[in-house]
Amino acid sequence: MSEPQGATAATLTRKDFQTDQEVRWCPGCGDYTILASVQNFLVEIGADKSKTVFISGIGCSSRFPYYMDTYGIHSIHGRAPAVATGLATARPDLDVWVITGDGDALSIGGNHFIHALRRNVNLKILLFNNMIYGLTKGQYSPTSELGKITKSSPAGTADHPFNTVSLALGAEATFVARTLDMDRPLTEETLRAAHRHKGASFVEIWQNCNVFNDKAFELVTGKSSRADNQIRLQHGEKITFGPDRERGVRFTPQGRAEIVEVADVGIDEIAVHDAHREDPSLAFSLSRLSNGPYGPTPIGVFRDVDRPTYGELVEHQILAAQERHGPGDLASLFASGSTWTVG
Amino acid sequence: MSSANSIDSVAIRFAGDSGDGMQLTGDRFTLETAIFGNDLVTFPNFPAEIRAPAGTVAGVSSFQVHFSDHEILTPGDAPDVLVVMNPAALKANIGDLPPGRTVIANVDNFDERSLHKAEYDSDPLHDGTLDGYTVFEVPMTTLTVEAAKTVGAKPRDAERSKNFFALGLVSWLYSRPIEPTLEWNRAKFSKDTLVADANEAALRAGWNYGDTTEMFTGVRYEVAPAKLEPGTYRSISGNTATSYGLIAGAQAAGLPLFLASYPITPASDILHELSRHKNFGVRTMQAEDEIAAITLAIGAAFGGHLGVTTTSGPGLDLKAEALGLAVQLEIPLVVVDVQRGGPSTGLPTKTEQADLLHAMFGRHGESPVPILAASTPGDCFDSAIAACRIAVTHMTPVILLVDGYLANGSQPWKLPDPNAIERFPVEFATEPNHVAEDGSSEFWPYARDERLVRPWAVPGTPGLEHRIGGIEHADGTGHISYTPANHQHMTEVRAEKVARIADDLPPLQVSGADDADALVLGWGSTFGAIEEGVRRHNQGGGRAAHAHLHQLNPFPSNLRVVLDAYDKVLVPEMNSGQLAFLIQGHFVKRVRSLSKVAGVPFTAGEVAEAIAALSAERDDPEGHQ
Repeated sequence: MSEPQGATAATLTRKDFQTDQEVRWCPGCGDYTILASVQNFLVEIGADKSKTVFISGIGCSSRFPYYMDTYGIHSIHGRAPAVATGLATARPDLDVWVITGDGDALSIGGNHFIHALRRNVNLKILLFNNMIYGLTKGQYSPTSELGKITKSSPAGTADHPFNTVSLALGAEATFVARTLDMDRPLTEETLRAAHRHKGASFVEIWQNCNVFNDKAFELVTGKSSRADNQIRLQHGEKITFGPDRERGVRFTPQGRAEIVEVADVGIDEIAVHDAHREDPSLAFSLSRLSNGPYGPTPIGVFRDVDRPTYGELVEHQILAAQERHGPGDLASLFASGSTWTVG
Repeated sequence: MSSANSIDSVAIRFAGDSGDGMQLTGDRFTLETAIFGNDLVTFPNFPAEIRAPAGTVAGVSSFQVHFSDHEILTPGDAPDVLVVMNPAALKANIGDLPPGRTVIANVDNFDERSLHKAEYDSDPLHDGTLDGYTVFEVPMTTLTVEAAKTVGAKPRDAERSKNFFALGLVSWLYSRPIEPTLEWNRAKFSKDTLVADANEAALRAGWNYGDTTEMFTGVRYEVAPAKLEPGTYRSISGNTATSYGLIAGAQAAGLPLFLASYPITPASDILHELSRHKNFGVRTMQAEDEIAAITLAIGAAFGGHLGVTTTSGPGLDLKAEALGLAVQLEIPLVVVDVQRGGPSTGLPTKTEQADLLHAMFGRHGESPVPILAASTPGDCFDSAIAACRIAVTHMTPVILLVDGYLANGSQPWKLPDPNAIERFPVEFATEPNHVAEDGSSEFWPYARDERLVRPWAVPGTPGLEHRIGGIEHADGTGHISYTPANHQHMTEVRAEKVARIADDLPPLQVSGADDADALVLGWGSTFGAIEEGVRRHNQGGGRAAHAHLHQLNPFPSNLRVVLDAYDKVLVPEMNSGQLAFLIQGHFVKRVRSLSKVAGVPFTAGEVAEAIAALSAERDDPEGHQ
């Protein structure tokens, strides 16, 4: 994918990516900020509207395509990664985005999600994680914390949640990142990296549902606590955090990531983040530092490595077959195998 | 060489253990027979287990070939010759063999252990079980091992070639040419010449055994070539024909073919076949599951490819929601359902036609989908092209119903002329199609033409950016709409759009007697058994007619007229009366259902018998049959 694309780059504004449809999320929903971030980002890279496609499943976040003046499909629950895989494989020239949520991608559509990642389909998958079912009015989701009390779990859930980043890494993802709905600079920076990546880019966006799960991410996003709880990952830089960067992450000899006081261990002990590291073990260790917004949590790009995309491999096979056998000829296809003539 | 008597048709059934290579033997014999010039129909029948316990009745695999000097339509009501490689094969098949006919048994395998596995208390070859049959006991294993020894094969390996001995013997018995099999064998095992040599030795030994022992005098027959229409032929199975039809259909539409499927018996061979033809620009994906398969195809269709998914009943269950999405999107899609016995896992390798009502109604909400059904292996080709044509010219998903009998069965197929295939090139929308109130031009994804068909605009077309979705939307704009009047309107438009496809389809043809007193109405793979059954009935002085539906939704526009012409209508189907149910509901016309859900197709005899019974019934002016 090249960016920016053609003469449209100079002329388009955010308004060009907005549709005439009234945006119908609840007032105060984190989705509004994400929508603005994505639209701004597309303007910034000079995206070609006609080659941009947003595909969603079902859920609050999945209304997103209706608000983007690009091509789009609002599909069925959980299937957006599969619909998008079909499109991206058929049309490698397109810029295909999947908009999904924690219920859509991780519960009903878990299978398609992991297979899109392991195939490294050329997609950007934006997972709006609010740790709750919003559209069906407040049931627990596969990322809700154990014991969460909801309409469908009055005694608290007995379900251990997914660690979304760990799951994506375990599914052989080549690009895995986490950002926060209200942090537009971080979101746009993450989108830029995701868009630059060839293949499946997975971006988890922690998104506040102010109606059914308000302030779920407060510890990590709130003004008073964020400095202590946001571990910003920057490729090539030491992983430090805290108001005075006084804390950091180091890897134990067994490969486990642990939070330490820089002063206690010395800056040389602190790990340098390597998003391009082929082996995903250290990225996985980083993902285990936090199993939700309950303490210091890494944000930014965990992993960004190159692997041939599914679409490239499929195209290569077709070109190779055509080179070897020439373009298909129906008459010789019909006559393949043993034939005989009558009359 | 002993002289051969001449007869007009023969049905041979090869039966053995799943590991004995009976399907391969049947395939090779079919090809020899086709090259010889007979008309033929085959019926492979095998268990779902790849290797069921060896030697047991559950593990028996069989392949019936019916060939003749005239046109035939079924694999034969019953075999004339039954070749059995072990006692279990005898036990599983002898019930189908009428007395007086021939059994050729590999006597080497009728030892105490094999008899026990087949749950025979005594040796059926010698205890009177086969009284009334002509029985030939041939030590096939011993003779194969002896023959293969000359090319250096060890006895344990050589034993595996015994199916080639059987093939050689039966080929001699019916004067089939073995050269095509020899050629095939050398090509197939070019990297393992010892196997190729052993197979060849066994094949020749079988042929020579027939030729020299004089044991078979009196049962050797010749079946002259049939007078088929001039042309070049090949033997084709339904699954191969479907695959070729999809490739040809995509070419006729001018679109790349995109197939996404999940492996499932008996449909997987279509995925296998199409994955071999990438040079046609065919993209095949083995999806992670059935739902992914159909949604992948929908995504590809949005991008302007001809999206196809192939499956069988359990897969169609899983695809139901996504099929509804395709209905709602109004996007072209072809779904091939190779039906098998159900419900649930049911009978994976056996045939049935019990998905008709599922195809028709198996989705929530009002969700009309055009349904086609193929009638013969060769017709799978034409039906697949028709499915592609309807999908792209009417912007709709289409279900093509095939079944296990058609999928695995084969027939001679006259090679079609690619240039004679009707083209239906797709023209994507490139321009806005609506002028807004302020005078600006817009693209409306659900603006319709006179056939109620919406435009197909693909990503990459500047200015036509639009969103479509499963949620109810306003006609024209495609904007989300929940208004009562709009949903009423959209429901009616989607139904009417599918109903109008009937204008595009050929009328139903009727064959048989002109002044028939009964009509036999069928659909799908029962074609051969019904047509043959009607012919037999009429040859015996009866007056029956046959009409065969290739379109189940919408019905051909003249179906009512055809039905009105007959007081008595018989509807044979391999289900519990699903077409009969549709006909009675649709036309308020009483019909007689002939149902068979045994995992095996109707015989012509069964159909003829039912016609005779219906014809003989007193005409009842009240219509109470």
